[in-house]
Amino acid sequence: MKNIIFDFEYLAPKTLEEALTLLSQYDEDERKVIAGGQSLLIIMRQKLITPKYLIDIKGLTDLDYIKFDKKEGLKIGALTIHRAVEKSPVIQKEFSVLSEMEQNLSNVETRNWGTIGGDIAHSDPCGDPIPVLIALNARLKMTGLNGERIVDAEDFAVDFYETVLQHDELLTEIQVPILPPNTGVKFTKYNQIEGDLALASVAMSITLDENKKTCSDVRIGLGGVAPAPMRAKKAEDILKGKKITDALLVEAGQAASEEASPTTDIQASEEYRRELVKVLVKRVGSEALARAEKA
Amino acid sequence: MKKQLKFVVNGNPYDIWIEPRLLLVQVLRDELGLKGTHRACDEGCCCVCTVNIDGKAVKSCSVLAMQANGKEVTTIEGMKNGAELHPIQQAFVDNWAFQCGFCTSGQIMASNALLKENPTPTREEVQHAMDGHLCRCTGYNMINEAIRDAAGRLQAQKAQEKTK
Repeated sequence: MKNIIFDFEYLAPKTLEEALTLLSQYDEDERKVIAGGQSLLIIMRQKLITPKYLIDIKGLTDLDYIKFDKKEGLKIGALTIHRAVEKSPVIQKEFSVLSEMEQNLSNVETRNWGTIGGDIAHSDPCGDPIPVLIALNARLKMTGLNGERIVDAEDFAVDFYETVLQHDELLTEIQVPILPPNTGVKFTKYNQIEGDLALASVAMSITLDENKKTCSDVRIGLGGVAPAPMRAKKAEDILKGKKITDALLVEAGQAASEEASPTTDIQASEEYRRELVKVLVKRVGSEALARAEKA
Repeated sequence: MKKQLKFVVNGNPYDIWIEPRLLLVQVLRDELGLKGTHRACDEGCCCVCTVNIDGKAVKSCSVLAMQANGKEVTTIEGMKNGAELHPIQQAFVDNWAFQCGFCTSGQIMASNALLKENPTPTREEVQHAMDGHLCRCTGYNMINEAIRDAAGRLQAQKAQEKTK
């Protein structure tokens, strides 16, 4: 009963600097960072990882915030719990797609303890936040002892559970720019049981020109259909500069489904996932378009 | 190496030394003897082990016990008032909302958090808030009814307290 989880040395830094110092002190293979632990504790129980040192950063309350500024946009501290993102009035008003994404992210018990930064840094290819952040043109701030750097959300995850985070860096902030005028954003994930990870997910942001006729910009984020969440640039190119019709969305869905690189696993086959991308791009695209027309 | 954990469970302050690898569910059951919180999947998939931390529903199998340091935890044992069942518990009894009862403590703790946040949830809202909870006897309809019945009872109780 007692050894559900293998023993480790527990370290609970009080400040970000203390946490970064600890990170730099231990070998990457020996230590692991825990925030809410909603994903990490599962793989620790499965003994897939057995860190010698566990660095608990959940107590770093300085990284728990949601700030909004009409020029700078939205800033979310990495240790903000999912539930706070879901329920934030300013997010519901200015970036409703983020709140909608959170409503179906796992279940309320997970959202009450798990953090958005922990979710992103864990970098499950089927996770929900990154595809939405790709569509929103978000950036991620990482902090190390030598300073900060910022990457586009689409460049953060590089492979299954692999990110560009360096050995001594922590993800500290999610930055979402103000949406351009006439923009609609929508996210949908397909799963068999509510709250599960996505078999495939699509987030789309469509910006229309001032006459609301043609698509001046579009961003498409895909989840669950590649080793890491990805941007479907070929599909975007099909829509950009054109009047979006159902037929064009079908074409974009086809392109997205071809540029995705899903794998077959116990949940779904590669073909099935490609088909999902095709269907979802069309569905999410028309909903994002409708929102852009109303924006 | 054991670490010091200070927290409040069901109103009682605890100051104990534990192995930091322990999950909250292990500390509640094995260290404090509160066996009303059940363990089932151990993987965060079934919500059977749900308790409240600072009034919010969380899965005690997915929380490192050390992270409950300084927090207030409520388990099913903290629900009843003396010999009297909590209105949510009574509503579960009256609506036949459990069969084998194994998932019930988690269901009730999640309902407790839900009804604090949303005192008059609709059927759909209850469904969404409880969607992580598995009941292998599949008594979901009665559970949903019990929660909405409990909502009414709690509202009535509140109104009564006001007139006192």
